[in-house]
Amino acid sequence: MSKLAYERPIINKINAGVPDKYGMQTQVGSIPYIDEIPVEKLLSEYGSPLYAVSEKIIRRKYREAHKAFSSRYPKVQFAWSYKTNYLDAICKVYHSEGSWAEVVSGFEYDKAILNGVEGHHIIFNGPDKSEEDLKKAVENKSLIHIDHFDELYMLLAIADSSKERPKVAIRINMDTGIHPQWDRFGFNYENGEAWNALNRILVSKKLDLVGLHTHIGTYIMSGAPYAVATSKLIDLALRVDEKFNHKIKYLDLGGGFASANTLKGAYLSGKDTCPSYADYADAITNTILNSELDPNNLPTLILETGRALVDEAGYILGTVLANKRLADGRRSMIIDIGINMLFTSFWYDHDMVPAKPKSQFTEDTSIYGPLCMNIDVIRSAIRFPSLEKGENVVIPRIGAYNMTQWLQFITYRPNIVLIDQEGKTHVIRKKETMDTFKAQEISPKYLG
Amino acid sequence: MKLKSNVAISDSGFVFDANTGESYSLNPIGIEILNELKQSKITEDLFAYLNNKYEVAEFTLEQNLMDFLSQLKQYGIIDE
Repeated sequence: MSKLAYERPIINKINAGVPDKYGMQTQVGSIPYIDEIPVEKLLSEYGSPLYAVSEKIIRRKYREAHKAFSSRYPKVQFAWSYKTNYLDAICKVYHSEGSWAEVVSGFEYDKAILNGVEGHHIIFNGPDKSEEDLKKAVENKSLIHIDHFDELYMLLAIADSSKERPKVAIRINMDTGIHPQWDRFGFNYENGEAWNALNRILVSKKLDLVGLHTHIGTYIMSGAPYAVATSKLIDLALRVDEKFNHKIKYLDLGGGFASANTLKGAYLSGKDTCPSYADYADAITNTILNSELDPNNLPTLILETGRALVDEAGYILGTVLANKRLADGRRSMIIDIGINMLFTSFWYDHDMVPAKPKSQFTEDTSIYGPLCMNIDVIRSAIRFPSLEKGENVVIPRIGAYNMTQWLQFITYRPNIVLIDQEGKTHVIRKKETMDTFKAQEISPKYLG
Repeated sequence: MKLKSNVAISDSGFVFDANTGESYSLNPIGIEILNELKQSKITEDLFAYLNNKYEVAEFTLEQNLMDFLSQLKQYGIIDE
């Protein structure tokens, strides 16, 4: 007689009526396939852990976002935020969809050039631009978004010694009614610093003021602050036109759109609270269209959204290393995905599911990464089904920031694969090896 | 090792401990183990019973069973 299917025995204490940190959800789904490729197959072929990125989802999300804005406003341009994910293959997918590049360092700038982006389609943001970086950007006619007066004066000096007239915008920070108010980047609107900078640029006649830029914050959960930001940029554009008879060619509203991940401490799931692209688009485009700007000469609307475009396309797949009981009887599970590979676990309670469907019986579980460090906690409290050593788990929506902010720490960083639209897999960044490190490290000769 | 008296188990896996007032939920194999423990049993017999019945590697079953029994002891549902 054949034996019955086994499931680990589970007992859960019932705390009726008392909501706890493990939340209300008791059933956990599964993700057996990524774009119809079995998770197990991906892991056996490319090793565990593994990042998998879906080209299909990248393109779908980009087109949804673009449509949300372009159906409401005639001139829309997206610029791919390199820092969100600057793997060349990922950037090239966005560029093939028509996205420009938005970079914040000389390194990212060079990457954009190597990815074939034309100089005048690169937006150069950020507080750290060296003289060499700026000279290169001026020569390539890139759009330089000035962050502070020191940069402005450096650009004026470069303009003096160059045949080019640098194309510039200024970054503006402002009160949009949200907390925290980001005031460390760019020039402040309320205290008049932004207006001073604009006057300095226009009086000098050495710089070509083409745009106004703001980036109000991150993971903004409402469209309303964008409406405030847009109206403040428009106010400056109208004042520039009135005083200098100078038309602003574009308004760049930056990024900061939320994804469906759940922030730590949030009561409701991010899936329930994340605004749609249409919510953001409504707030921004209605403000422009209802303003005093000349309807026959509207500025281009530039968007630099990163997270909301790429988060959903990325998955990290891993394997259970061990199960343990903690001192208070809670179950803990150790997986081979650590915080060094999942930097966003510092601020998100990431969803996590088994790769194979499991029964509806779950236990209160703490999920730890493999690092010998107490801070390596992927989920401190989650209702999770019973998985044995060697079984696979999937963490969805990790496409933003994890493949750029990751840390080489204690172990090698794993392979990253792209699943193309036909369902073929391509390694787009190789797993590190000892040679990766040997190539960079130098021991003084006397140490042998 | 035996289930304490005053611990009631329903068919659906609901357990009520009249000694403490605590209640618990179990999955089917958990109910089965508790039902087995209505009669006094040693761990080896319980292991052999489950090993004959379920498709599972011996070391996995041993590990899971020891873990489950230690939880039952921690909750005070069974006597040594």
